[in-house]
Amino acid sequence: MTRQTRKTEIEAEIDANLKRAFDNMANEPVPDRFTDLLNQLRTGNVQASSDKGEKHDD
Amino acid sequence: MTTDPRDELVEHLGPLRAFALSLCRNGATADDLVQDALIKAWTNIDKFEPGSNMRAWLFTILRNTYYSLHRKRKREVEDVDGVYADTLAQKPDHDGRLAMRDFAVAFDQLNDEQREALVLVGAGGFSYEEAAETCGVAVGTIKSRVNRGRARLAELMAVDDPDDIELTDSVTAGIVSAQNVA
Repeated sequence: MTRQTRKTEIEAEIDANLKRAFDNMANEPVPDRFTDLLNQLRTGNVQASSDKGEKHDD
Repeated sequence: MTTDPRDELVEHLGPLRAFALSLCRNGATADDLVQDALIKAWTNIDKFEPGSNMRAWLFTILRNTYYSLHRKRKREVEDVDGVYADTLAQKPDHDGRLAMRDFAVAFDQLNDEQREALVLVGAGGFSYEEAAETCGVAVGTIKSRVNRGRARLAELMAVDDPDDIELTDSVTAGIVSAQNVA
C-alpha cells in the first residue's frame, strides 16, 4: 500500500469519525429549555439569560 | 398562507448544540450559547434571506456570540470538559477502525480554528465556501485549516502503522488521565 493511499484512508476515517461524533451530539434529545424559549419568544415574553428579574403577567 | 422562517428554528436545535459543544467543549456554556443565538436569530429574523441556508446563518450567529464572549473572558481559564471524549467514551469501536476514544481525546487537543473548520466541513456537511463565509475567512484558509487539522489528528493518534490503531494499555492510561485532567 502506498503512503498516499494510506493518507487518503486515514483522512476518510477521520471525517467518518467526525461525522459520527457530531451526529451523536446533534441527535441527543433537545432540552425543554429551548422549546420553552421558542414558545416564549413567540408570545413575546422573553428575558435575556443574564436578566433573572421577577416576571409579572397582568 | 406565508411561512415564517422562525418556525424552522426548531429543526436546527440539535446541530446548533453540537456545533456549540464543538466550539466551547463545555455543556453548560454550549447551551447558554445556543440560547443567546436563538434569541438573536429570532429578533433579527428580518436579516435572514428566505431560501438561503438557515443552518449556516445560525452557525454564524452562534460563532460570533462565542467569539465575542471568548474575547471578554480571554484571561479566564476555560473550563473544558472534554465533551467529545465524554460523548464517545461509551461507544468503543472494536472493528478495526480508529478507536473513537482516541479520536475524541485527540480532537479535544486541536486548536479552535482547526476544530471549527473540521466540524463544519468534515462533520457538518458545509462546503469550503460556506465554512469560509461562516468563519469570515478566505476559502483557502479553511482548506488549509482542514488539512492541518486532519494531519494533526493523525499525528496525535500516531497512525503511521495500521497495527498501532488498536487501543493499547498505555493509550488507555493516557485517555483516563486526560479525562481526569479535564
